[in-house]
Amino acid sequence: MLEKAIKGSALYWIWLLVLLAVIGVGFGAYLQQLDQGLSVTALNRDISWGLYIAQLTFLVGVAASAVMMVIPMYLHNHKAFARMLILGEFMAVATIIMCLLFVVVDLGQPQRLWNVVLYPTPSSVLFWDMVVLNGYLFLNILIGWVTLQAERKRVGPPRWIKPFIYLSIPWAISIHTVTAFLYAGLPGRDFWLTASMAPSFLASAFAAGPALLILLAFAVKIFAKWDPGREAIQSLAKIVTYALAAYLFLIGCKIFTAAYSMVPDKLAHWEYLYFGLEGHTMLSVFMWVSTVAGVSALLILLFPKNRQADNILAFACVLVLISTWIEKGMGLITAGFVPTPMKEVLTYAPTGPEILITLGIYGIGFLIITVLWKVGIGVRKEIEAT
Amino acid sequence: MKNSRRKFIKIAGMAALGWSICPSLAGARSGPRQSENRLRADRWAMVIDSEKLNDEIMDKCIEACHKLHNVPEIPNDQNIKWIWKEPFYNLFSDQSHGYLKDKKSLPFLTLCNHCDNPPCVRVCPTQATFSRDDGIVLMDFHRCIGCRFCMAGCPYGSRSFNYYDPRKFLDDDELDHDYPTREMGVVEKCEFCAHLVDQGEMPACVEASEGAILFGDLNDPNSDVRKVLQERYSLLRKPKLGTDPQVYYLI
Repeated sequence: MLEKAIKGSALYWIWLLVLLAVIGVGFGAYLQQLDQGLSVTALNRDISWGLYIAQLTFLVGVAASAVMMVIPMYLHNHKAFARMLILGEFMAVATIIMCLLFVVVDLGQPQRLWNVVLYPTPSSVLFWDMVVLNGYLFLNILIGWVTLQAERKRVGPPRWIKPFIYLSIPWAISIHTVTAFLYAGLPGRDFWLTASMAPSFLASAFAAGPALLILLAFAVKIFAKWDPGREAIQSLAKIVTYALAAYLFLIGCKIFTAAYSMVPDKLAHWEYLYFGLEGHTMLSVFMWVSTVAGVSALLILLFPKNRQADNILAFACVLVLISTWIEKGMGLITAGFVPTPMKEVLTYAPTGPEILITLGIYGIGFLIITVLWKVGIGVRKEIEAT
Repeated sequence: MKNSRRKFIKIAGMAALGWSICPSLAGARSGPRQSENRLRADRWAMVIDSEKLNDEIMDKCIEACHKLHNVPEIPNDQNIKWIWKEPFYNLFSDQSHGYLKDKKSLPFLTLCNHCDNPPCVRVCPTQATFSRDDGIVLMDFHRCIGCRFCMAGCPYGSRSFNYYDPRKFLDDDELDHDYPTREMGVVEKCEFCAHLVDQGEMPACVEASEGAILFGDLNDPNSDVRKVLQERYSLLRKPKLGTDPQVYYLI
């Protein structure tokens, strides 16, 4: 099936070249980081995780898009997703690979990565995160490839794949839960020390993942001249709406707990996030954008008429991605570290190399999505043409 | 043909096995350097007497520690600190109030608390940081992958990461060759001078403190640290977190 990836239009090849260029620049920046260490980043003694780990956090969420189609399709027999499911599974593959790469570029000694396997440590959540991320990657490659191959041969998927498909549902939940537990179990970080971390990760994931999927589906419609199906997109839009409401609700719950209890250790982080402390207000500007974008998207999506208009739906999905990306990709990590254990207030603004490396990894992710979707859509077109 | 290939693989396998066993047998003979007169304790603890501390003594402690452990001086926020000065308010914000005029801005010494229930050890994915039986929390610089989970896990800000190659900031002529320099990309922190304790000596900061810092076995009712903790009022940093820190501050 892979041969479909090497037959494409000029536009396809130009897009791949653009991505390769971005990846190349990112790789150059990574070489610089390997040479000079993480001193090329804006990370420091107090804010020891930043852009990289935040992208891991955000992208783990996006990887959930697949399960949001697997559940309706396999548990509720919602057939509308049958054509599109493969796209969700391949997107999960790409996002999980990005997640793993973001972990690797964040390491001070990446060549020692294997130590996590050589000295398995069940008490460490990071050990479990490695297990669940790699497991989810494996499941999606296996399920995606096997079902696509079966479709191509015009036969039903083999029976042995079913248990793997069912397993992928709790497994998808586990990647968010375990990633949330990276933060939620740390005694000294009041901002993260809340039981609502895992639920809020799930909610934002089930909003952001399908939102990106809808946008990419529209792109496919335009560039690949293949329609994933109106009903599938409409179902996804409903899922985004519910999940977005849950995500905003959970943020509200967290803010209430901090604001009404007025416990300084809790409240200070939220003040820093939304108003800034001691003149450090950079993050608060973004956080207001995130909140306004999230609430506006919900107001738009609540009305079925808006969801049914492709342009408005696409716009709302962009808002959802902006909102969740700022919240997970910027706010959540930094605000967990500030105020510091010593009650100091700092600003974290990523450096050039940090941003280039991040873009490079996104480039790799989009390259994988493009190639895998090219294959998946190629096969579907082939089937539907006969 | 088939037979000889099988034979070859067998021999190669045996050779590989032997190769892998032999070095490990040789390695088993050379344990860590331990002296006959090493100091022993069930539970090492430190007591810092704020009445006896002053700026000059604190600086001496810091210098003694950082020199002994080849801690580089890096002039920005990607720096390394094993023991350093911090105002009372920042250390004990939950036990402080607005009318603590004198003490509030008074600098105190702070370092790794060598917790009895250390979150850093719990979160480390490679056991590169670990608790010894006597309570000292140590680092294996050669196993650390530099994920910095321990830094997020530590509620006291006691850990530093080598963002730079630390050797660039060290003067070759002033290196202490009894303690390793670190490489880029690993985490480090105070080790209660475990290497000195195992040689029968007291930690460097204790020696330099002119009696302001005590170090001893908390499980021994006759030890200095136990006696002084019974006699005087002391504080711990963030006791409510349940990490059970073992650096006590006499007030």
